[in-house]
Amino acid sequence: MIHQLVIAAITIVFGIGAAAFYFYGSNWLLDTMLPVRSGRPDAARNTRLTGLIRPWLFLGPAILALGLYLVYPVFASVWLSFHGRDGKEFVGFSNYIWLFNDAGFRESIFNNFLWLLVVPAASTFLGLVAAALTDRIKWGNFAKSLIFMPMAISFVGASVIWKFVYDYRAAGQDQIGILNAIVTYFGGTPEAWITLPFWNNFFLMVILVWIQTGFAMVILSAALRGIPEETIEAAVLDGANGLQIFFRIMVPQIWGTIAVVWTTITITVLKVFDIVLAMTNGQWNTNVLANLMFDWMFRGGGDFGRGATIAIVIMILVFPIMVWNIRNARREMEGR
Amino acid sequence: MADLIMTDVAKAYGEVKVLSNINLDIKQGELIVFVGPSGCGKSTLLRMVAGLESITGGTLSIDGIPMNDVPPAQRGIAMVFQSYALYPHMTVRDNMAFALKIAKKTKAEIDAAVEKAARILQLTPYLDRLPKALSGGQRQRVAIGRAIVRDPKVYLFDEPLSNLDAALRVATRIEIAQLKEAMPESTMIYVTHDQVEAMTLATRIVVLAGGGISQVGSPLDLYERPENEFVAQFIGSPSMNLLPGEIVETGAETVVKLSTGGLVRAAMATKTSDKGMKVNLGVRPEDMVPTEAAEHVFEGSVAFTEELGEVTVLYFDKKGDAAQVIAKLPGIHGDLRRKQVRLGVDPKKVHLFANGRSLLYR
Ligand SMILES: Nc1ncnc2c1ncn2[C@@H]1O[C@H](COP(=O)(O)OP(=O)(O)OP(=O)(O)O)[C@@H](O)[C@H]1O
Ligand SMILES: [Mg+2]
Repeated sequence: MIHQLVIAAITIVFGIGAAAFYFYGSNWLLDTMLPVRSGRPDAARNTRLTGLIRPWLFLGPAILALGLYLVYPVFASVWLSFHGRDGKEFVGFSNYIWLFNDAGFRESIFNNFLWLLVVPAASTFLGLVAAALTDRIKWGNFAKSLIFMPMAISFVGASVIWKFVYDYRAAGQDQIGILNAIVTYFGGTPEAWITLPFWNNFFLMVILVWIQTGFAMVILSAALRGIPEETIEAAVLDGANGLQIFFRIMVPQIWGTIAVVWTTITITVLKVFDIVLAMTNGQWNTNVLANLMFDWMFRGGGDFGRGATIAIVIMILVFPIMVWNIRNARREMEGR
Repeated sequence: MADLIMTDVAKAYGEVKVLSNINLDIKQGELIVFVGPSGCGKSTLLRMVAGLESITGGTLSIDGIPMNDVPPAQRGIAMVFQSYALYPHMTVRDNMAFALKIAKKTKAEIDAAVEKAARILQLTPYLDRLPKALSGGQRQRVAIGRAIVRDPKVYLFDEPLSNLDAALRVATRIEIAQLKEAMPESTMIYVTHDQVEAMTLATRIVVLAGGGISQVGSPLDLYERPENEFVAQFIGSPSMNLLPGEIVETGAETVVKLSTGGLVRAAMATKTSDKGMKVNLGVRPEDMVPTEAAEHVFEGSVAFTEELGEVTVLYFDKKGDAAQVIAKLPGIHGDLRRKQVRLGVDPKKVHLFANGRSLLYR
């Protein structure tokens, strides 16, 4: 434990040190090679050149890292998806044909759609309600920090917490899971919740909703505060009641933000992996695309071709939402 | 009938008293303008009438019905905000129709009311536009239209023109005056910073200051017969000059000897016992005229001038700790800087204040 902490600390110090060294060093080098002292004949040319080069010094590391870890893998995945299990022989579209006939894939994509329908809607709605309600009460900020707190927990950590919530002991024993404890308190029989096909999907979704509601709340709360007070007062004078003001005056004014929050969560949902892995490992019909990809890629000897094919499918699903999301976010910023 | 009566109305935010002892009797068809320095509570009082702020003391009644606890929408008022407060996601038509939709009016009724208001305000071509596609003046008209469709008993305006540029402000001011003329039975309360708006629009002006009403009266009443020094200096631009002095002669006319050296006759009766009383003599800059007579209100050297063509404004050197004296002479007078100028005043245009209050209102 201590050992790991020390390594983490050293990594941080070295990482930041290296970054600082790079920026100081490269800028110093640039200034020494192209000095812009006044009086020198080449000062004007050097000023222009350093102005052209300097942005790339700052952008360079990020572009390199993004190219290496994002752009290259995209092309490699596309390439792999047309090749066999060890990435050697070319197999054309057969990975894709296999995929669309695979029962496991159909189950996963069905589950993914369930997640897609429920989680963004539930998180955004709950976040909006939480934002609207906490803005009105004295201890609203405290309530907000509570609701926001799950955001700080990793998906795996959250899953561990919820594993305890759903924990199952045979009937008659003391139930340590709160859900079963409540059920038995009211005279019901305990259930192994996460093994109940179909419904277990929803028990897993609750975890992500629990995490994402805080995110939705914070963004929407800021948006709600941006609504001009006078429009609300005008609506009061026009005779609208609380609900009418909320749904007909406030919500329409923050539609753009709601859309951004919704799509951002949608993208998270399409990539959901850790929760399923930690809770059920895809058993009991809870598998989703990311976990299916992981299974094919790294388990049972690994099939790079099929794994990459699933990755491409996920990317194709995420891509349009991403584009829409970025456009929306940009429009929001311009609108202000 | 839409009489609006305030009896001992007061407003406090916790310990902070913002307004107290507000007594006002507004008759149907009046256009009442609230003026006063920034922060004196004009908006607060208007919002109390609207029901957006609670009334912490006294009663407000409209048509004899106490309104203190009546929700805003049921008070029969409509308000036009300085920032327009249009619903940005609704078209002009929907903005105007919103209140009627909430009130569950039929589509035919709503359409008729909206079309009529749009016609009055020349908004018909813009009915299907969003507010962001309108100019400032058009937005303000939509805000007014939103009030008109509700056919309220009382219209409330909070500085409706202050976001418009000077030319548009004049045009919209005239439109509001015409609107008022077209609806003679409606009552309006109008808050403004702008003296010209107040003087031209008001049936009566309410001057608010120091948490209460300083004076209520018709525009010319406030100009000609200010009740106290505050109103005297607040109405009119540049402000009325106040010169300290002492009453030396009483009777049907009063003579005041000024500490700055002048001697002035005022067409105002005083009692013998007033002799020797310390007073402030008020003269509006526009009432001062150059004179050669010995009896004068002020004589001094001109510090600088503003030549506007139509008038010339003279700023005099300060004498002692008295405030700077300003005179406004009609026409063009050439370069008067550093010259000695002697000014007189018509006795009928002289105001006298003792302890801040006008001797007219003793
Ligand atoms: N919530 C509040 N708590 C305490 N004091 C307040 C509150 N709201 C307003 N005030 C005070 O009430 C006073 C009147 O404010 P108001 O907005 O009515 O002024 P105003 O006459 O409309 O000024 P302006 O001409 O600048 O619009 C101000 O001194 C302000 O500080
Ligand atoms: Mg105000």
